Amino acid sequence: MKVTSAAFKDNARAALGDANLQRALHNLRGGFVARRAERVANLPEWDELRDEAIAIKQHTLKRLDWYLDAWEKKVVAAGGHVHWCRNAAEANQAVLAICRTLGAKTVTKGKSMIGEEMGVNDYLEQNGITPVETDLGEYIIQIMHEPPSHIIAPAIHLLKEQIAQSFRETHGTLDPARLLADSRQLCDEARAVLRQKFLTADVGITGANFLIAETGSSIIVTNEGNGDLTQTLPKAHIVLASLEKVVPTLEDAATILRLLARSATGQEFSTYTTISTGPRRASDADGPGEYHVVLLDNGRSAMLGGEFEDMLRCIRCAACLNHCPVYEAVGGKAYGWVYPGPMGAVLTPSLVGLGSAHDLPNASTFCGKCESVCPMKIPLPKMMRHWREREFARHMTPRAARYALAAWGFAATRPALYRPLANLAARALAWLGGSRGRFRALPLAGGWTRTRDLPAPQGATFMSQWQARRGREWRA
Amino acid sequence: MNSREEILGAIRRSLGRGELPADARAECAARLDRHDENLVPERARSLSPRERVELFVKMAEAVNATVARVKSAKDAPGAVADYLAGLNLPPAVVAAPDPALDDLDWSAKPLLEVRQGAVGDNDPAAAVTPCFAAVAETGTLMLLSGGTRPTRNNFLPDTHIVVLRRDQVVAAYEDGFARLRAAGPDMPRTVNFITGPSRTADIEQKIELGVHGPRRLHIVLIDDGAR
Repeated sequence: MKVTSAAFKDNARAALGDANLQRALHNLRGGFVARRAERVANLPEWDELRDEAIAIKQHTLKRLDWYLDAWEKKVVAAGGHVHWCRNAAEANQAVLAICRTLGAKTVTKGKSMIGEEMGVNDYLEQNGITPVETDLGEYIIQIMHEPPSHIIAPAIHLLKEQIAQSFRETHGTLDPARLLADSRQLCDEARAVLRQKFLTADVGITGANFLIAETGSSIIVTNEGNGDLTQTLPKAHIVLASLEKVVPTLEDAATILRLLARSATGQEFSTYTTISTGPRRASDADGPGEYHVVLLDNGRSAMLGGEFEDMLRCIRCAACLNHCPVYEAVGGKAYGWVYPGPMGAVLTPSLVGLGSAHDLPNASTFCGKCESVCPMKIPLPKMMRHWREREFARHMTPRAARYALAAWGFAATRPALYRPLANLAARALAWLGGSRGRFRALPLAGGWTRTRDLPAPQGATFMSQWQARRGREWRA
Repeated sequence: MNSREEILGAIRRSLGRGELPADARAECAARLDRHDENLVPERARSLSPRERVELFVKMAEAVNATVARVKSAKDAPGAVADYLAGLNLPPAVVAAPDPALDDLDWSAKPLLEVRQGAVGDNDPAAAVTPCFAAVAETGTLMLLSGGTRPTRNNFLPDTHIVVLRRDQVVAAYEDGFARLRAAGPDMPRTVNFITGPSRTADIEQKIELGVHGPRRLHIVLIDDGAR
């Protein structure tokens, strides 16, 4: 997928002015957020489970080479194939090679964020193979040529009227007079159209929520059943997975699964959790004849052992998106690549480079909600700060901000200079603020005051109040 | 050097070490062999077998599955016929040719069209399948693929009817895994954990049932416990 994260500020401005998008985003709070809170309140062991899940991931990441090797041996023993790929180009070539060997013309696809990272749909299309997204949300954005705006609800930014319009344009052979007024009718139409795709596809591609070292299995979690039809009916099942998806045992996956659905959609458990191991057995009634895992690194091995290693614990539940005031205001497309919201603000610079994504770690109010709801307790604000420090160190911060920060830093590290200056500035600003006590406009700070007032300082500085207070305490 | 070696090498470089030392490797291998349980919530583990069945039913119904209880296997075909008739659905089923369903005597319901095997591509019949276990914690069914259990039967039909026996209800996913390991050394191609009928909230977050998988999930619970 093309990276447009560098245009975050313009994207965000456009998103704020998009009335349809704002209406769609407004639904977030009542849906995912409220349901998650209910589920968490309903499970007394919630926090203990989080700590165990973190320990599982940390244990595995520190031994990732061993667990991947152990997992691969089991995949091969079950008759499957593993394709190790350093980057998206290698992964796309691996997928294409499998499709070519089978003479595949159409491919059905379950939802996969790795597939988005690879841009596998575009690549297959360029090579004469038709990919069909089958998750309802992914199908909608595929036919509307939209990028996903949410990692588990990719079409959340669209209204049903917009979707109905594109169904009419795309499903041209259906009766033009049919009703497409509500989500039920839209679902039924998508069900009928996609059913024929499932039945005729040559290859099915899914993602993976987990890879299991103990058994060589992959696990997908879905609600619609599209992932299962995708992997059961065609000649081959291709799994797209990144390195950090591996966990040691089925029991370890069970622990994390208890966190995943509750954090993501606020369900006790997703409708379908499917464990797939190798191709169909000789005696099986059905199933794919081939099983391949395309295992993608794409920058993850470099994240190990560093400031961003904790990000590899992420299970892609989207709780941090759902609770983020910035995401809620601008939606996912503004972030300009595959991963939006707080997790995207940390992961995107790691995977595509800070140069094209340095605005993302700044798109945060640092309210800390993301970290507090993260089932894996990933310190997202801390990592966004790490990116900001690197941005500053690499001179990517705008010049005015750099000079201002440098000047402030010079003064702030010299208390004898800073305190009288701060006292003077506070008094001057309080006087300039006048009886209103606020500034409607300030020179050099138009970006701030364009949309809100700046409160004028009230009374003495913190330091002088503190000293006065301590003086009183000593006297008392 | 190929991509596999490069990736493994990059992982080791980032972790600041070479290959994992022998004792650490042995520790990992032992962890896989032991496959210890982590913390399992009390919700279902603390219950008696009878209470577990009640919790299973409650949790399954909470996610829009329906449950019919019958005293013994001989009542199951009647429960299936009644369910289909009650919803005005075609009186036709495709039953998995699985030994677990052998004690269902379909001849007791002559008006019900019963075929055995895999469901067809655009088959209007309901699928009747056995299951391997059921997890009380979340009202989840556990189904295995196999020679007599086509996986497509769990997903293609509009109506999926699952025959469950009381002694198949376990507390937690971990108990299901333990039974799976006890049943044989090899994983089946597919293990399906199914919790309610297919659903989506992809359009304006409104929940709709039956988008790709079954619109209806009906569980016939045989209460005598025998298999």
